[in-house]
Amino acid sequence: MRFRYSDVTPQKLYLSRRELMAGAIALAAVGCDAGTEAGAAAPAPAGAPLKATPNPAYRVQDAPTKFESASTYNNFYEFGVNKEDPAKFGHTLKPRPWHVQVDGLCAKPKTFDIEEVLKVAPLEERIYGLRCVEAWSMVIPWIGYPLSALLKLVEPRPGAKYVEFTTLKDPEQFPGQKPGFFGGGTLDWPYTEGLRLDEAMHPLTLLTLGMYGHVLPNQNGAPVRVVIPWKYGFKSAKSIVRIRLTDTEPKTAWNKAAPSEYGFYSNVNPNVDHPRWSQATERRIGEFRRRPTLMFNGYADQVASLYTGMDLKKNY
Amino acid sequence: MTTRGRVALKVVVWAVALAPLAGLLYGFATDNLTVNPIEYVTRELGEATIRLLLATLALTPLRLLGGWSWPITLRRLLGLFAFFYAVLHFSVWIVLDHFFDWHTMGDDILKRPWITVGVAALLLLLPLAATSTTGMIKRLGGRAWRRLHRLVYAAAMLGCLHYIWLAKKVLVQPWVYAGVLALLLGIRAWDAGRKLSRRWTASVYGRNANGEV
Repeated sequence: MRFRYSDVTPQKLYLSRRELMAGAIALAAVGCDAGTEAGAAAPAPAGAPLKATPNPAYRVQDAPTKFESASTYNNFYEFGVNKEDPAKFGHTLKPRPWHVQVDGLCAKPKTFDIEEVLKVAPLEERIYGLRCVEAWSMVIPWIGYPLSALLKLVEPRPGAKYVEFTTLKDPEQFPGQKPGFFGGGTLDWPYTEGLRLDEAMHPLTLLTLGMYGHVLPNQNGAPVRVVIPWKYGFKSAKSIVRIRLTDTEPKTAWNKAAPSEYGFYSNVNPNVDHPRWSQATERRIGEFRRRPTLMFNGYADQVASLYTGMDLKKNY
Repeated sequence: MTTRGRVALKVVVWAVALAPLAGLLYGFATDNLTVNPIEYVTRELGEATIRLLLATLALTPLRLLGGWSWPITLRRLLGLFAFFYAVLHFSVWIVLDHFFDWHTMGDDILKRPWITVGVAALLLLLPLAATSTTGMIKRLGGRAWRRLHRLVYAAAMLGCLHYIWLAKKVLVQPWVYAGVLALLLGIRAWDAGRKLSRRWTASVYGRNANGEV
C-alpha cells in the first residue's frame, strides 16, 4: 500500500503553530494563581492534641505552611517514593506501643517507652523552616524539646563523637520497605541518619513529638522524630526506634544510595549545588516565586561556629 | 479505511491527546494540582510529551509487525501533539518555575546534564515540527524529509534520558518508557537488517527480492 502525504493528515486537522503558542500562553497564565490557591481548605489535624508552650526564641517570622500541605506532601520513602504516598499509606503505621532504645557509648543506656519520652522535658512549640534537598521549603510549628535533654539522661561517654538514628524497619507497617518490582528496595532499610555529637547537643536540634498543636501524623514521622532545621530535610530521621552514641561517623541512608549527592553533613548551603540541581533558590510551598535559600537555612548565627575551619564544599 | 472511520479515529486521537491538558485545567479549576502545583504541572506535561512521542514511534512497528498501515495516517498528528506538550513543558519551566530568570536557566542548561539533554531533545523536535506541513515535505523532497525526521529517534532517546537522570532515586516509570523506546527502535533495526540482507542476497544472486532475475 502506498500513501500520498496528503493521506497522512487531513488539512483541517493540522495544529497550527499559532494555536500551539496560544495554548502555551493560556496555560502559563492560568498557572500563575495555582501556587497561592492550592490547599485553600485547611482541615484541622486529625491526631490527639498535644499541649506545648510556644517558645518565642525559636520562631521564624514567615507564616507557617498550611497543615494540609505539610501533611500531604512528604518524602517518607518507607511509605513509597511519591509525595502523596505517606498520607495515603500512613495508616499502616502503629505509633503505639513504641519504644526508643538509647544506647552505645553512654553510661546509662536505656529503652524508653514513648510515654516516658514525652515527659523527659517540657514540651515547647517552635516554628522552624524546613528546607528539602529538592529545593522546596515549608515553615512548620513543631512540638518537642531539645534532643540534648534525652541524651544527657543516658550520660554519653567521653569517647562518643556521633549519634546515629534508626527508623523502624517493618514492611508490614511501612509498605515502601517491601522488596520492589525488581527485587531491590528503594533504600537500604532501616533508614539511618546521623549527627556529630555537638550537632546533636545543639539547642536547635529538636526531639519532636508533635506539630500544629497535635501529635505527629504518621506520615510526618510518628510517634517521634528529630528536626534539625539547618540541614536538608532528609537528615531529620522519622519514626525513630534507636538512638546510638558512637565514636565513628554513622553510615546514612541517602549517602549509601548516592554518596556524591548526599554527604554526611548536608547543611543547607546555597553555594554548594546538588550535582544535578542548584541549591541557590527554593520554592516555599504555597508561594509562586522562588526565594533565595539562606546559608544554614537562616540559622547561620546559631550554627556557623560548629563548622569553623571546615571546607563546606568538601564536607557537603 | 472509510472516510467516516478515519474521521472517527482522528476525533479519538484528539480526545486522548488533549486529555492530559484537560486534566490539568480541570485540576486548576478545582484547586487540585497538589501542594506543589508547578512541579506537578511540569511533570505531567513532560509525561504527556514522552507518551505521545512513543505513540508516534509505535506506528511504524505496527505496520512492520501487524501489517496495519492505517495507523501511519496518525503520525503527524501525534508527533505535533508531542511537540505541543514539549513546548508547554518548557514554557512552564521558563515562566512558572524560573520566571524568566535567564541567568539561572542558562546555568542549569550548561551545568545540569538532565536539563541539557531535555533542552537538546526539544531543539531536535523544532525542525521536525517546522517541516511537518505538506508544503515543506514537497519542498524538501521525500527522501531528505525522511532523513531529517529520523532526528525523532535521538529526541526520544534524549527525552528518556532526561527523565531517568531527573529522578532522585531510581524510579520505575522512566525505565518503562526507555524500555518501550528500545523495543520500538529495535523493531525498526530488525526490519532494516532484514531489508539489507535481502538486498545483499539480491546483489549476490543477481535477482531482486521478489526472485526476479
